[in-house]
Amino acid sequence: MTPCENCGEREAVIHLTQIVDNTITTLHLCERCAEEKGVETGSQVAKFPLGDFLASLGKTVPPGGGAAAAAACPGCGATLADFRQSGRLGCARCYVTFEGHLRDLLRRLHGNTQHEGERYGAHPGAPAGPVRRLEEFKAELQRAVDAENFELAAQLRDAIRGLE
Amino acid sequence: MIDLALVPDGGLSWLDGSGPQAHVVLSTRVRLARNVDGVPFAERAEASDRSRILELVDGAWRGSPFGRGSVRFLLDELAPEDRLLLHERHLASRELTAAPAERGGGSGSAVYLAGSMGVMVNEEDHLRLQTLRSGFALAQAYAELEQLDTALGGAIPFAFHSEFGYLTACPTNVGTGLRASVLIHLPGLVLTKEIAKVLQGLTQVGLTFRGLYGEGSEVVGNFFQLSNQTTLGKAEEELLDHLGKIVRQVVAYEEQARQVLLRDAPTIIEDKVWRAYGLLRHARSLSFEEAMNLLSGVRLGVGLNLIPGVSVYTLNKLLIFTQPAHLAAYEAHIPGDSDARAARAAYVRRALDEEADRRA
Repeated sequence: MTPCENCGEREAVIHLTQIVDNTITTLHLCERCAEEKGVETGSQVAKFPLGDFLASLGKTVPPGGGAAAAAACPGCGATLADFRQSGRLGCARCYVTFEGHLRDLLRRLHGNTQHEGERYGAHPGAPAGPVRRLEEFKAELQRAVDAENFELAAQLRDAIRGLE
Repeated sequence: MIDLALVPDGGLSWLDGSGPQAHVVLSTRVRLARNVDGVPFAERAEASDRSRILELVDGAWRGSPFGRGSVRFLLDELAPEDRLLLHERHLASRELTAAPAERGGGSGSAVYLAGSMGVMVNEEDHLRLQTLRSGFALAQAYAELEQLDTALGGAIPFAFHSEFGYLTACPTNVGTGLRASVLIHLPGLVLTKEIAKVLQGLTQVGLTFRGLYGEGSEVVGNFFQLSNQTTLGKAEEELLDHLGKIVRQVVAYEEQARQVLLRDAPTIIEDKVWRAYGLLRHARSLSFEEAMNLLSGVRLGVGLNLIPGVSVYTLNKLLIFTQPAHLAAYEAHIPGDSDARAARAAYVRRALDEEADRRA
């Protein structure tokens, strides 16, 4: 057990590695001292960089009142508030239920929302094949136009023409 | 105590130092996060959901080419020290091994191991497919893992979204679900004080670094784990290519830094690595951190051909077997900090003595 370097009493659970002037220093702090020093605590760090986004979720009330923010996923009963608290989604269906919010989040996290690479197609009904791909591109094109992302829209239009 | 000898190669084949660039790059790990469609993720799963997941994985694993000669550990059945042993051996994550045991096997947490390949079940995601290889071997590691993914994905319906890709409990893993990490030893960059620049550069190119044990762990012994930060929007090969390119650059910087050290401060470096060796060879008490730092010095000495006759394998083995749970399991000693330190020092002395005898 490493004791906290600040209070010397509780167990150090936060190991903060800092780089200042080319030297690496590691501070070992307990959760309480870390919080007092303004260091994000373990649970927050684990969610980084989700923290800010999660905090803002639900604060901006979407059109139609707060109903959408309070809506529960029909798959698992999770709400956006649950997601904000845990940083974890409840089930695969959550990605459909909270699609709009998640698309924003994924764009911030990954700089993109469209999956590339391996497509899962081992099961009947699983999305695969050029027809499905075309539908996806069309949906994506609509979203790009809605978001006034014309550069992406132009690329998608070309891709759709290619597929057609 | 669990018998890790049942695991093919003890799960330690990567220690042999046979992989490419093994003097700088210790190991390459790739993992894929997968979830079963129609079953709530870990956070909202009931005990019955978790046992269903375990059943599904069990059937798929046994029916796959990986099932033969493999080993399964049910976390609920393991004592805390055995869980720690799995974690120290890099066979199971901290999250999986730290989960409280539930009576009657309610957590459904398990790890399946077949050589360098494995699956963790009921971790943050239903399945975490992983592979660990010696040295710098991203393409080989992924090729292996892809076979496992295909085998299991053919038997279990994975959660997949046409836009977002493979769905995961945490949005940071969605898309490919792929996290590749390379465990790399960078004493040259630390000693020449170039490391901060390199690490800052990494974050700018979409990579991230962690300590020896992955997420949330601190940097000890100049070991860094470099991995991809994003998982969505780029194909697997592209993610691996990018990481590979950057790792090659970092290895080149590290080698440059070592040459600079040898050129500008040969006596200081030679003294430093031999002192580290001398201490390890004769110390009677070693904390884990001290052992790691001294081993880092010796590894540098071996890499620079200053210290002859110590193999990368022995150095790798010492990294694993000087950890607390390993010492407790394999070196008889009464649990207690000072005792563990003495046991650690004795273990290190013995390993280095044997190595020296072999050479003589």
